Amino acid sequence: MRAFTALLLRDIVLSLRSGGGAWLGAGFFVLIIALAPLGLGPEPALLKSAAPGLIWIAALLATLLGLERVIEPDLQDGTLDLLRMSALPLEFVVLAKVLAHWLTNGLVICVLAPLVSPMLFVDAKALWVVAASLLLGTPGLSFIGTAGAAVSAGVRRGGVLLALIVLPLNIPALIFGAGAINAVQHGSDPRQALLLLAAFSLIAAVVASLAAAAALRLNED
Amino acid sequence: MVFRGLSFDVDAGNALVLVGPNGSGKTTLLRILAGLLTATIGRLQFFSDDRAQVSDDTRDQSAHFVAHSDTVKSSLTVKETLRFHADILGADRTRVQSAMETWDIARLGDLPGALLSAGQRRRVALARLSLQDRPIWLLDEPLIALDRSVRARLHDVCADHRAAGGLIVAASHEPFLEDAATLELGAHA
Amino acid sequence: MLHYANPQNFLNLARRLTPWFFGAGIAMIAVGTYLGLVIAPPDYQQGDAFRIIYVHVPAAWMSLFVYGSMAVASASAFIFKHPLGDVAAKAAAPAGAVFTALALATGMLWGKPMWGTWWVWDGRLTSELILLFIYIAYIALWDAIDEPTRAARMARILCLVGAINVPIIHFSVEWWQTLHQGVTVFRTDGPQMPASMLTPLLIMALGYTVFFVGLLFVRMRTEILARRLRTLRLNIEGAFA
Repeated sequence: MRAFTALLLRDIVLSLRSGGGAWLGAGFFVLIIALAPLGLGPEPALLKSAAPGLIWIAALLATLLGLERVIEPDLQDGTLDLLRMSALPLEFVVLAKVLAHWLTNGLVICVLAPLVSPMLFVDAKALWVVAASLLLGTPGLSFIGTAGAAVSAGVRRGGVLLALIVLPLNIPALIFGAGAINAVQHGSDPRQALLLLAAFSLIAAVVASLAAAAALRLNED
Repeated sequence: MVFRGLSFDVDAGNALVLVGPNGSGKTTLLRILAGLLTATIGRLQFFSDDRAQVSDDTRDQSAHFVAHSDTVKSSLTVKETLRFHADILGADRTRVQSAMETWDIARLGDLPGALLSAGQRRRVALARLSLQDRPIWLLDEPLIALDRSVRARLHDVCADHRAAGGLIVAASHEPFLEDAATLELGAHA
Repeated sequence: MLHYANPQNFLNLARRLTPWFFGAGIAMIAVGTYLGLVIAPPDYQQGDAFRIIYVHVPAAWMSLFVYGSMAVASASAFIFKHPLGDVAAKAAAPAGAVFTALALATGMLWGKPMWGTWWVWDGRLTSELILLFIYIAYIALWDAIDEPTRAARMARILCLVGAINVPIIHFSVEWWQTLHQGVTVFRTDGPQMPASMLTPLLIMALGYTVFFVGLLFVRMRTEILARRLRTLRLNIEGAFA
């Protein structure tokens, strides 16, 4: 437990300090939302109907940022050896890293999204679904992303590969997340979509932490 | 990497220095000993004092491994790095201060890794040895980037460790622990 | 069976069987093509345009079958630590990607006369597209890691995560379809097809499968030999180091 907390706190500190890029994801997210009207035109009806997809595509892309820093630096500077030799099971190492990534990336997006969504003319009564869908879905994105980061760690120019691996696997989150916001905008019940989103995150948590731990265990030869 | 006909044993209080040309597998062998790599064929046995065989997990917990890489983050201070190492090792945090003193980096405690020289970063990595008493030390090229006084320090620390019944396996290009047995690796590869 | 888990024995077996698989596969595809394009009656709604089904549907089946085989191969490599599973999965991937691309291309060709456009966001077409992305990611991962053993291990993990995710993606796409009241899709309801239409389809599907196995053998042999060559090179360089 002590090792887990130490790792979690260290990863958070690392991403908050210079060169850590904790706010990059959130900044990127806001930027995409702000760019959309410039590309699509300021028509409120159009932006409103495009909003669910835009918000979730922005979230998908924004969570990619920072993933390269989740595993790679520890692999390069030898800290991963230390973690592999420690008493902390690698599944928990992964969990600490996912949590640190989510707290500095996904959670910030969850907080910012309801604030910037009105720029896309999302109704005030739909904002809670925006927040809820991101709150339920972004942990899944961090889990799958960390598994992708573990599998592609040590690869030259791993960033593009990481996106190529992670984005298709995160498609269910995009569909259910945008679906939930869509549902509430059309006056129907978003709960089914939100539950499916939660299910996706839970499955992602199990599969991705096992996969990432296996990848860290087998990462060298 | 293939080792053929490789066999050795090291007893408590002794040391073994692996020598050989680049690519002869010194690092690979150390990583196998550290449990970070698995040998496809062959046996690796660790015995405790009463000659009982030690399990892999226990072995991980009873060895220090200081590799080429320094495990230093540019945005963490020396003290933060060593505290983190202590937490991961399960060591007593109060030993961080004395470890820094042993390796003569106490005055660097609040400097971030980015400002350290190569030799200072090496000392932070080596200071891990002093954070917790572990019987087995696995050192990969420990002399690199160290000046003469730190080399002497390393020698003293290693001598103390062996006197206390610890054992050392090290890979080195330069003469290191001259009283220790050596294992020439190139011949086996 | 265990006998052929040895790479050398497998190489010998694969070398002997390859021509037979290729021969049988090509023969079945030829027969299926003839039956499908010439003998089978035209569809009462679509006329002759439906005949693309004989390329499209087997390709779509193969796209899933190949990924399934890769997952089985990866899982066996994971459990039994046997390199042949990795070799098989790696060798199968480009073939699977080509089948997927073929299914997409023929689906688009079919879409033009049926729906009036090259592309609609039909559930199955969308799932195929995502599957193609997953194939590409798998191939790219192999390509990106220089060291074959490490590449094999990472690719194994990715393949299995993908295998768990593919049904979830498929489900989410189906769900997405019902949400957006998608286009009415032409359905190939198997049992309702007359035998004269169905038989060529089955023959084609079998032909594709057998041809794929032949291709797999060739690619696996190439991969095993390439690895040996690599080992030999390393040893020679080591000897002069």
